[in-house]
Amino acid sequence: MKTTPDNSGDVRLSGISKTYGSFTAVHPLDLTVPEGSFFALLGASGCGKTTTLRMIAGLEEPTTGTVRLGEQDVTHLPPYKRPVNTVFQSYALFPHLDIFENVAFGLRRRGIKSVKKQVEDMLELVQLGEQARKKPHQLSGGQQQRVAVARALINHPKVLLLDEPLGALDLKLRRQMQLELKRIQTEVGITFVHVTHDQEEAMTMADTVAVMNGGRVEQLGSPADLYENPRSTFVANFLGTSNLIEAEVDTKNGDDIVLKAGGGKLVLPEARCSAPTTAGGKVLVGIRPEKISLTHADDAGEIPDGRNRLTGTIADASFIGVSTQYVIDSPVCDELAVYVQNVERDGRLVPGADVVLHWSPAHTFGLDAAQSLLAGTVGSAGTEEEAAA
Amino acid sequence: MPFVTWLKRHLVVIAGLLTLAYLLLPNVIVTVFSFNKPKGRFNYEWQRFSTHAWKDPCGVADMCGSLSISLQIAVWATVGATILGTMISFALVRYRFRARGAVNSLIFLPMAMPEVVMAASLLTLFLNMGAQLGFFTILIAHIMFCLSFVVTAVKARVMSMDPRLEEAARDLYAGPVQTFLRVTLPIAAPGIAAGALLSFALSFDDFIITNFNAGSTVTFPMFVWGSAQRGTPVQINVIGTAMFLIAVLFVLTSMVVGNRRNKQKA
Repeated sequence: MKTTPDNSGDVRLSGISKTYGSFTAVHPLDLTVPEGSFFALLGASGCGKTTTLRMIAGLEEPTTGTVRLGEQDVTHLPPYKRPVNTVFQSYALFPHLDIFENVAFGLRRRGIKSVKKQVEDMLELVQLGEQARKKPHQLSGGQQQRVAVARALINHPKVLLLDEPLGALDLKLRRQMQLELKRIQTEVGITFVHVTHDQEEAMTMADTVAVMNGGRVEQLGSPADLYENPRSTFVANFLGTSNLIEAEVDTKNGDDIVLKAGGGKLVLPEARCSAPTTAGGKVLVGIRPEKISLTHADDAGEIPDGRNRLTGTIADASFIGVSTQYVIDSPVCDELAVYVQNVERDGRLVPGADVVLHWSPAHTFGLDAAQSLLAGTVGSAGTEEEAAA
Repeated sequence: MPFVTWLKRHLVVIAGLLTLAYLLLPNVIVTVFSFNKPKGRFNYEWQRFSTHAWKDPCGVADMCGSLSISLQIAVWATVGATILGTMISFALVRYRFRARGAVNSLIFLPMAMPEVVMAASLLTLFLNMGAQLGFFTILIAHIMFCLSFVVTAVKARVMSMDPRLEEAARDLYAGPVQTFLRVTLPIAAPGIAAGALLSFALSFDDFIITNFNAGSTVTFPMFVWGSAQRGTPVQINVIGTAMFLIAVLFVLTSMVVGNRRNKQKA
């Protein structure tokens, strides 16, 4: 079932935008999704990700720009003439047709007469062979979801679009379906473009993630790259949790920038700073909670040299099994989050204790101080859980 | 008190049966009296059993003619009101246009207005236009008041329809016509069918509006009304019973078909 790599499954968006009256849903956007990749558009609701998807499907006409599949310009083709299929949010299965007919719908509309074998094979692929003659409402949410995938995939589209396909499922089933979808994608080798607001889902499934905010792509990259090297506070906060500390540029030391924060100094590799750094300028220093080590103030001497340090007091500690999450009150920042794996627990690390926080400068990232510290924090539920796992 | 316990346990069933009896008793009387052999011209007292009226249902002058006119009007009114009403429903739900709110409320006026007022005003309108009263004025009037019922039934159905279903159809290679025929129409069908059935029933037995706008045309309800003053032929009961039986048969068939289909699917 694998398609030959002739790049005809590439999705190329150039300068596409969408405005409704005075509201701009998507600002001019350039994006290339390589053939055979699993691409995720990630963002909070209203960020323009679904509109972008609908423009690829042809359900929405772009205000400007072009949509191309491989070399073919499909910008003005209606959806039924595009070699693209969609798995809709809440599935949109036809309630008056049984599962077999739902899956056969696309084949029949293209005038294919003998659909039986293909439909049966497809239902086998999604493990629903037994349910062929049931109506959609007789199936569970997970089964309906698989029917929706089968109904789209049977047409061998160049690109499969998934609009929040797992949104209606409970957590456990969602995990299971994430793996299932990933398996199917590897098996059929079709380009998948997946829209989701769940950062964990995007990171588990996609090869490449585009983080969208306010109708623009904030950052694009592999999940690990986005997590380790966020280039805006939105990305830093929306994917997992970040501690952001305001600091002032002091000096440059080779490839490193030395910053002043509170009374102490922090080192940041210049390559990991996305903001302009002039002496005396402001920068936001970011560090992920799980990268920080905690040492009781009494043992401060044992910390190796060359690590970034901050002092503080434990304000709160919550034990969650695999790790302990601390909230540290520090002169440079009120609420620093620190996640410590429960390998050897130091009994002195209780609320009220004075501690030293330290981490490798290589894990530090720098952001432009002109942005809101809180961008991307709203609606990013599940981030703590993700970082702790 | 075993009786009180029994009563308590079966109260709902008893109430249901009584209500059913209340609804069906008039039909039973109509049926029973269709087998009567009345002495005079009025079929109001039971004399003795006879099937002569059933053997000769058109034995009364002009009755079957009026029945045929009523059926024709009902069929055409149903077709007209269903097509127009369905289109209006889609327009009201799917499109935003000027005066949409006004149309939305005006369409229900025929349901709310006293029938006799509407009948009189329609007559005024037809007379002022110089229209010839008869089959077509009745038909126009019927389509008008059936419209609001069709719109009510279809609109509810279209409103609850997920617009993504049509998008899914378009996404799956169905052009506009195919999308409408394969997805939109089948899903809206129960609403449209309900509207059509209502229209047929309303048009068939309408008296007031018809009476005002009929000219010299006589529909079946008008015939019954007219004959009730001079004497009621048993054939009227025969027609009534036949209509009732046809309706019951219709409902039963659709129930049996529905059940069988569900059983096959499960």
